[in-house]
Amino acid sequence: MPINPDYVGRTYPVSEPYEVSRVKIREFADAIGDPNPVYRDAEAARAAGYPDVIAPPTFAIVISMASTGGAVGDPGLGINYAMVVHGEQKFQYSRPLGPGDVVTAQTTIDGIRSTGSLSMMTTSTEIRTTAGEHVCTAVSTLVERGVSSEGAA
Amino acid sequence: MSGAAVSYDEVQAGAEIPVVTYPLTRLSLVKYCGASGDFNVIHWNERIAKAVGLPNVIAHGMFSMAQAGRFVTDWAGPGATVAEFSVRFSAPVVVPDDDTGATIEVSGTVEEKLDDNRVALNLTARSDGAKVLARARAIVRLP
Repeated sequence: MPINPDYVGRTYPVSEPYEVSRVKIREFADAIGDPNPVYRDAEAARAAGYPDVIAPPTFAIVISMASTGGAVGDPGLGINYAMVVHGEQKFQYSRPLGPGDVVTAQTTIDGIRSTGSLSMMTTSTEIRTTAGEHVCTAVSTLVERGVSSEGAA
Repeated sequence: MSGAAVSYDEVQAGAEIPVVTYPLTRLSLVKYCGASGDFNVIHWNERIAKAVGLPNVIAHGMFSMAQAGRFVTDWAGPGATVAEFSVRFSAPVVVPDDDTGATIEVSGTVEEKLDDNRVALNLTARSDGAKVLARARAIVRLP
Protein backbone atom coordinates (compact mmCIF):
# COMPACT_ATOMS: atom_id res chain seq x y z
CA MET A 1 0.00 0.00 0.00
CA PRO A 2 1.54 3.34 -0.99
CA ILE A 3 2.33 5.85 1.73
CA ASN A 4 -0.57 8.28 2.09
CA PRO A 5 0.44 11.42 0.14
CA ASP A 6 -2.06 13.59 2.02
CA TYR A 7 0.53 13.96 4.80
CA VAL A 8 2.98 16.09 2.81
CA GLY A 9 3.61 19.36 4.61
CA ARG A 10 2.61 18.03 7.99
CA THR A 11 4.82 19.19 10.86
CA TYR A 12 4.93 17.06 13.99
CA PRO A 13 5.20 18.49 17.52
CA VAL A 14 8.59 19.46 18.94
CA SER A 15 10.14 16.52 20.80
CA GLU A 16 10.82 16.38 24.49
CA PRO A 17 14.27 17.79 25.32
CA TYR A 18 17.15 15.32 24.83
CA GLU A 19 20.32 15.81 26.85
CA VAL A 20 23.48 14.65 25.07
CA SER A 21 25.77 12.76 27.47
CA ARG A 22 29.38 11.66 27.41
CA VAL A 23 28.30 8.10 28.03
CA LYS A 24 25.94 8.05 25.04
CA ILE A 25 28.56 9.63 22.77
CA ARG A 26 31.08 7.00 23.81
CA GLU A 27 28.54 4.21 23.37
CA PHE A 28 27.73 5.45 19.87
CA ALA A 29 31.41 5.83 18.92
CA ASP A 30 32.05 2.28 20.21
CA ALA A 31 29.08 0.97 18.22
CA ILE A 32 30.34 2.45 14.94
CA GLY A 33 33.83 1.14 15.77
CA ASP A 34 35.47 4.57 15.71
CA PRO A 35 38.33 4.84 18.25
CA ASN A 36 38.86 8.60 17.73
CA PRO A 37 39.81 10.10 21.14
CA VAL A 38 37.87 13.34 20.48
CA TYR A 39 34.70 11.32 21.14
CA ARG A 40 35.92 10.10 24.54
CA ASP A 41 38.71 12.18 26.03
CA ALA A 42 37.97 15.82 26.90
CA GLU A 43 41.67 16.71 26.99
CA ALA A 44 42.28 15.24 23.54
CA ALA A 45 39.21 17.09 22.28
CA ARG A 46 40.41 20.41 23.73
CA ALA A 47 43.88 19.83 22.27
CA ALA A 48 42.18 19.46 18.89
CA GLY A 49 40.43 22.79 19.39
CA TYR A 50 36.96 21.69 20.50
CA PRO A 51 35.46 23.01 23.75
CA ASP A 52 34.92 19.45 25.03
CA VAL A 53 34.31 15.96 23.72
CA ILE A 54 32.23 16.04 20.51
CA ALA A 55 29.81 13.54 19.04
CA PRO A 56 30.54 11.77 15.73
CA PRO A 57 28.75 13.46 12.79
CA THR A 58 26.15 10.73 12.38
CA PHE A 59 25.28 10.81 16.10
CA ALA A 60 22.60 13.34 15.13
CA ILE A 61 20.57 10.42 13.76
CA VAL A 62 19.92 9.25 17.34
CA ILE A 63 18.00 12.45 17.94
CA SER A 64 16.49 12.95 14.48
CA MET A 65 15.31 9.35 14.14
CA ALA A 66 13.47 9.45 17.45
CA SER A 67 11.60 12.45 16.07
CA THR A 68 11.15 11.01 12.57
CA GLY A 69 9.81 7.88 14.24
CA GLY A 70 6.83 9.91 15.38
CA ALA A 71 6.02 10.52 11.73
CA VAL A 72 6.84 7.00 10.52
CA GLY A 73 4.63 5.55 13.25
CA ASP A 74 1.69 7.83 12.40
CA PRO A 75 -1.04 5.26 11.69
CA GLY A 76 -2.56 7.45 8.99
CA LEU A 77 0.57 7.06 6.83
CA GLY A 78 0.14 3.28 6.71
CA ILE A 79 3.86 2.41 6.80
CA ASN A 80 4.97 -1.18 7.48
CA TYR A 81 8.33 -0.63 9.18
CA ALA A 82 9.73 -4.09 8.36
CA MET A 83 9.43 -3.12 4.69
CA VAL A 84 11.25 0.16 5.20
CA VAL A 85 14.85 0.74 4.17
CA HIS A 86 16.82 3.95 4.34
CA GLY A 87 17.03 5.63 0.94
CA GLU A 88 18.97 8.85 1.49
CA GLN A 89 20.34 10.85 4.38
CA LYS A 90 21.69 14.35 4.60
CA PHE A 91 22.95 16.40 7.54
CA GLN A 92 23.68 20.12 7.62
CA TYR A 93 25.55 21.09 10.76
CA SER A 94 25.99 24.45 12.46
CA ARG A 95 28.37 22.78 14.91
CA PRO A 96 29.10 19.35 16.44
CA LEU A 97 26.87 18.07 19.22
CA GLY A 98 28.54 17.74 22.60
CA PRO A 99 27.87 16.63 26.16
CA GLY A 100 25.44 18.85 28.04
CA ASP A 101 23.64 20.01 24.89
CA VAL A 102 19.92 19.90 25.57
CA VAL A 103 18.19 19.75 22.23
CA THR A 104 14.77 19.25 20.72
CA ALA A 105 13.84 17.94 17.30
CA GLN A 106 10.95 18.76 15.06
CA THR A 107 10.07 16.82 11.92
CA THR A 108 8.21 17.95 8.80
CA ILE A 109 7.16 15.66 5.96
CA ASP A 110 8.63 17.30 2.85
CA GLY A 111 7.55 14.81 0.23
CA ILE A 112 5.88 11.48 -0.45
CA ARG A 113 5.96 9.76 -3.83
CA SER A 114 5.30 6.29 -5.10
CA THR A 115 6.69 4.57 -8.19
CA GLY A 116 5.86 0.98 -9.00
CA SER A 117 6.08 -1.04 -5.80
CA LEU A 118 8.16 1.58 -3.94
CA SER A 119 6.96 4.47 -1.80
CA MET A 120 9.36 7.16 -0.66
CA MET A 121 8.92 9.68 2.11
CA THR A 122 11.33 12.56 2.73
CA THR A 123 11.36 14.28 6.10
CA SER A 124 13.43 17.12 7.48
CA THR A 125 14.19 17.32 11.17
CA GLU A 126 15.53 20.47 12.81
CA ILE A 127 17.67 19.91 15.88
CA ARG A 128 17.98 22.98 18.08
CA THR A 129 19.08 23.65 21.61
CA THR A 130 16.31 24.52 24.03
CA ALA A 131 17.69 28.09 23.77
CA GLY A 132 16.86 28.01 20.05
CA GLU A 133 20.37 27.62 18.59
CA HIS A 134 20.37 25.59 15.37
CA VAL A 135 22.70 22.59 15.62
CA CYS A 136 21.75 20.30 12.76
CA THR A 137 19.13 19.69 10.11
CA ALA A 138 18.68 16.04 9.18
CA VAL A 139 16.92 15.19 5.91
CA SER A 140 15.92 11.54 5.58
CA THR A 141 14.33 9.61 2.75
CA LEU A 142 12.78 6.32 3.76
CA VAL A 143 11.73 3.76 1.18
CA GLU A 144 8.90 1.33 1.77
CA ARG A 145 9.31 -1.67 -0.48
CA GLY A 146 6.17 -3.22 -1.88
CA VAL A 147 5.42 -6.82 -0.94
CA SER A 148 6.41 -8.14 -4.36
CA SER A 149 9.53 -5.99 -4.66
CA GLU A 150 12.90 -7.43 -5.56
CA GLY A 151 16.10 -6.14 -4.01
CA ALA A 152 16.42 -3.24 -1.65
CA ALA A 153 18.64 -0.35 -0.90
CA MET B 1 44.01 7.58 11.35
CA SER B 2 43.16 10.50 13.56
CA GLY B 3 46.12 12.73 14.12
CA ALA B 4 47.17 13.13 10.50
CA ALA B 5 45.84 16.64 10.03
CA VAL B 6 45.32 17.92 6.53
CA SER B 7 46.33 21.48 5.76
CA TYR B 8 43.83 23.49 3.73
CA ASP B 9 46.63 25.24 1.84
CA GLU B 10 48.14 21.95 0.73
CA VAL B 11 44.91 20.21 -0.25
CA GLN B 12 44.48 19.95 -4.00
CA ALA B 13 41.24 19.44 -5.89
CA GLY B 14 41.26 16.06 -7.57
CA ALA B 15 43.50 14.45 -4.96
CA GLU B 16 42.56 10.88 -4.17
CA ILE B 17 42.10 9.64 -0.63
CA PRO B 18 43.18 5.99 -0.38
CA VAL B 19 40.67 3.27 0.37
CA VAL B 20 40.11 2.17 3.97
CA THR B 21 38.39 -1.12 4.76
CA TYR B 22 36.04 -1.28 7.76
CA PRO B 23 34.90 -4.70 8.99
CA LEU B 24 31.53 -5.44 10.58
CA THR B 25 29.80 -8.49 12.01
CA ARG B 26 26.38 -9.32 13.39
CA LEU B 27 27.67 -8.06 16.76
CA SER B 28 28.33 -4.66 15.17
CA LEU B 29 24.69 -4.48 14.13
CA VAL B 30 23.41 -5.50 17.56
CA LYS B 31 25.57 -2.80 19.14
CA TYR B 32 24.43 -0.26 16.58
CA CYS B 33 20.78 -1.15 17.24
CA GLY B 34 21.29 -0.41 20.92
CA ALA B 35 23.36 2.74 20.48
CA SER B 36 21.16 4.25 17.78
CA GLY B 37 17.76 3.08 18.99
CA ASP B 38 16.99 1.65 15.53
CA PHE B 39 15.76 -1.89 16.25
CA ASN B 40 14.25 -2.57 12.83
CA VAL B 41 14.13 -6.40 12.70
CA ILE B 42 15.86 -6.53 9.29
CA HIS B 43 19.10 -5.61 11.12
CA TRP B 44 19.08 -8.55 13.55
CA ASN B 45 16.49 -11.17 12.61
CA GLU B 46 17.51 -13.38 9.67
CA ARG B 47 14.15 -15.15 9.57
CA ILE B 48 12.18 -11.94 9.12
CA ALA B 49 14.80 -10.32 6.87
CA LYS B 50 14.45 -13.24 4.45
CA ALA B 51 10.68 -13.34 4.81
CA VAL B 52 10.49 -9.71 3.63
CA GLY B 53 12.62 -10.45 0.58
CA LEU B 54 16.12 -9.48 1.69
CA PRO B 55 19.08 -11.81 1.01
CA ASN B 56 19.94 -11.89 4.73
CA VAL B 57 20.27 -9.51 7.67
CA ILE B 58 21.47 -6.15 6.35
CA ALA B 59 23.43 -3.41 8.09
CA HIS B 60 21.76 -0.14 9.01
CA GLY B 61 22.37 2.35 6.23
CA MET B 62 23.49 4.69 8.97
CA PHE B 63 26.19 2.23 10.01
CA SER B 64 27.66 2.51 6.50
CA MET B 65 27.29 6.28 6.59
CA ALA B 66 29.09 6.29 9.95
CA GLN B 67 32.03 4.44 8.36
CA ALA B 68 32.14 7.05 5.59
CA GLY B 69 32.01 9.71 8.30
CA ARG B 70 34.95 8.11 10.06
CA PHE B 71 36.83 8.09 6.76
CA VAL B 72 36.22 11.84 6.42
CA THR B 73 37.10 12.81 9.99
CA ASP B 74 40.21 10.62 10.01
CA TRP B 75 41.34 12.25 6.76
CA ALA B 76 40.57 15.77 7.98
CA GLY B 77 42.24 15.24 11.35
CA PRO B 78 41.66 16.73 14.77
CA GLY B 79 39.98 20.13 14.92
CA ALA B 80 38.07 19.72 11.67
CA THR B 81 34.28 19.94 11.67
CA VAL B 82 31.84 18.43 9.24
CA ALA B 83 29.50 21.06 7.79
CA GLU B 84 27.46 18.88 5.43
CA PHE B 85 27.26 15.16 4.86
CA SER B 86 24.91 13.39 2.49
CA VAL B 87 24.57 9.91 1.00
CA ARG B 88 22.22 7.76 -1.02
CA PHE B 89 21.99 4.14 0.08
CA SER B 90 22.29 2.34 -3.24
CA ALA B 91 22.60 -1.30 -2.13
CA PRO B 92 22.38 -3.13 1.18
CA VAL B 93 25.42 -4.33 3.14
CA VAL B 94 24.57 -7.99 3.67
CA VAL B 95 25.98 -9.38 6.91
CA PRO B 96 26.14 -13.20 7.09
CA ASP B 97 25.97 -15.09 10.38
CA ASP B 98 29.60 -16.19 10.51
CA ASP B 99 32.84 -15.15 12.20
CA THR B 100 33.98 -13.05 9.24
CA GLY B 101 30.98 -10.81 8.66
CA ALA B 102 31.27 -8.20 5.95
CA THR B 103 33.45 -5.25 5.00
CA ILE B 104 32.75 -1.72 3.83
CA GLU B 105 35.51 -0.17 1.70
CA VAL B 106 35.45 3.61 1.59
CA SER B 107 37.48 5.79 -0.76
CA GLY B 108 37.25 9.40 -1.77
CA THR B 109 38.48 12.31 -3.82
CA VAL B 110 38.78 15.99 -3.09
CA GLU B 111 36.06 17.47 -5.28
CA GLU B 112 36.79 21.13 -4.70
CA LYS B 113 38.21 23.67 -2.31
CA LEU B 114 35.60 26.09 -1.01
CA ASP B 115 35.95 29.33 0.93
CA ASP B 116 36.26 29.54 4.71
CA ASN B 117 38.74 26.61 4.88
CA ARG B 118 36.07 24.23 3.63
CA VAL B 119 36.72 21.29 1.33
CA ALA B 120 34.15 19.17 -0.53
CA LEU B 121 34.85 15.45 -0.74
CA ASN B 122 33.25 12.84 -2.97
CA LEU B 123 33.06 9.45 -1.31
CA THR B 124 32.46 5.91 -2.50
CA ALA B 125 31.62 2.91 -0.34
CA ARG B 126 31.51 -0.68 -1.54
CA SER B 127 30.66 -3.99 0.06
CA ASP B 128 31.01 -7.39 -1.57
CA GLY B 129 31.57 -5.67 -4.93
CA ALA B 130 28.42 -3.53 -4.77
CA LYS B 131 28.36 0.23 -4.42
CA VAL B 132 26.52 0.70 -1.13
CA LEU B 133 26.75 4.49 -0.94
CA ALA B 134 26.15 6.64 -3.99
CA ARG B 135 26.24 10.41 -4.34
CA ALA B 136 28.10 10.48 -1.04
CA ARG B 137 29.52 13.90 -0.34
CA ALA B 138 30.92 15.70 2.67
CA ILE B 139 31.89 19.30 3.22
CA VAL B 140 34.43 19.58 5.98
CA ARG B 141 35.93 22.71 7.51
CA LEU B 142 39.62 22.23 8.17
CA PRO B 143 41.18 23.83 11.26
